[in-house]
Amino acid sequence: MKPTHLEIQRMLTGSQWREQIFKVTALLMLSIALLTLAVLLIDAFVDGVGRLRWSFLTSFPSRKPEQAGILSALVGTVYMMILTGIFALPVGVGAAIYLEEYTKHQGISKIIEVNIANLAGVPSIIYGLLGLELFVRAMAFDRSLLSGSLTMALLVLPIIIISSREAIRTVPPSIREASYALGASRWQTIWNQVLPLAFPGILTGSILAFSRAIGEAAPLITIGALTYIAFLPDSLLAPFTAMPIQIFNWVSRPQKGFHENAAAAIIVLLVVLLLMNALAVYLRQRYQKKVYL
Amino acid sequence: MMMVTKTAQPTAFQIQDLNCWYGNRQALQKISLSIPERQITAIIGPSGCGKSTFIRCLNRINDLILGFRLKGCVLFKDQDIYGANVDAIEIRFRIGMVFQKPNPFPKSIYENVAYGPKLWGVRKGTQLDAIVEESLKKAVLWDEVKDLLQQSALALSGGQQQRLCIARALAVEPEVLLLDEPCSSLDPIATGRIEELLLALKKTYTIVIVTHNMQQAARVSDFTGFFLLGDLIEFGETRQIFTNPKENRTEDYITGRFG
Repeated sequence: MKPTHLEIQRMLTGSQWREQIFKVTALLMLSIALLTLAVLLIDAFVDGVGRLRWSFLTSFPSRKPEQAGILSALVGTVYMMILTGIFALPVGVGAAIYLEEYTKHQGISKIIEVNIANLAGVPSIIYGLLGLELFVRAMAFDRSLLSGSLTMALLVLPIIIISSREAIRTVPPSIREASYALGASRWQTIWNQVLPLAFPGILTGSILAFSRAIGEAAPLITIGALTYIAFLPDSLLAPFTAMPIQIFNWVSRPQKGFHENAAAAIIVLLVVLLLMNALAVYLRQRYQKKVYL
Repeated sequence: MMMVTKTAQPTAFQIQDLNCWYGNRQALQKISLSIPERQITAIIGPSGCGKSTFIRCLNRINDLILGFRLKGCVLFKDQDIYGANVDAIEIRFRIGMVFQKPNPFPKSIYENVAYGPKLWGVRKGTQLDAIVEESLKKAVLWDEVKDLLQQSALALSGGQQQRLCIARALAVEPEVLLLDEPCSSLDPIATGRIEELLLALKKTYTIVIVTHNMQQAARVSDFTGFFLLGDLIEFGETRQIFTNPKENRTEDYITGRFG
């Protein structure tokens, strides 16, 4: 039976109500998420801003909280991220290229895909244990910058592979065909056409992965990255520390002064993270412009 | 299976008993025909009849598709292009292709045309400049873009993009030009320009064009093959196919009774 004009009106009012309720609920959820983040940031800021000064960045850790700084942790983190990138990016992108462009067995490719997705979800402390066994002990790199970076590279590798595959998959097949039709080899097609187009996506995914790694303390503690380091690492095999470890260490001290140091270090870590993301956005924009003119 | 009776021209392609499959689905059955040199050969038929599959067998671009299999013989200038010692890359270099949707690289106009020659080792700037200019002239695009060579190819109109794709294919100096429904996304004016271009190009190139537009086949081609459900129903001179087809199914199709 056809609904009457009045019934339609009533139904519409009802659905408008539901619409409103849904909208308000979603807004509420968003506010909860944002508020939590804001409280965390404000808390860290209020506690830490008093300790933030240039000398905090240029001093080594100390037993006296007001003299302690994060130089060794900051430099350790920067070195470690650079090395992690150098180790993880070529391997991750290479694996993604092989899986997307070369492998002919759909079945095996699917199995590998599921496994990589699972690896991406493995808790970071497990990677720490792997790093401890493999790099620190078996390869005898000891508790060094090299061991730390390699462990972190393992940690981010699955995410880099997954996001690189996604990025490679978005390159339209018509572009590949155009290249092959001109007599390009597979390698020439990948290098000249596929990778430049996939690059912004690969970069975005990789930066997300590095953002995760930069805040990780568990795997580094597991491989035994030292917490009190009053020097800068001068070689790949030198011991080192990183910011999350320094924060962890300060938070666990009883003195209030160290808690302020921890809050200040959190702010520095966030700034480093923001800088990294900004760099990614900048590179992506620049590259996209270059590719699409 | 009709063979060409009046072949004054030498043969470019000689195809014998060509069968192919995507996975388990057979796309072409026992296709045999010969495509003459420096003529325009049109392949017509309704959607899904295998005409695109057929033309994509001629430069081995189907090799890239997972699950594609082929049986039979495709001779190009008396060489079996699927032979054991033949490099598919060399075949694709000698046999150029233009696709249904214009697919310029997201690079500058210049880079698009120069891409092929660069792959083959042309490095010198002046030499590349000359190739780019000559190819764009052959594709009748030079006058429109000569001041915009460093601009993105994606800024061109659809018809210009397709002519750019033709220029790009010509830049590696192929012997054959395969065109897979090159006008299907273009308006009538752009289509007309492409057709004029093909008629000019046939003096130097063997051209095979797939089209679902029968008027286009009638306008530009010298020979026509009619495909239906993976079979070659009839092949012959275009005038004969369109005025006096030997097969009922050909007549039904070109008079619009199905398809």
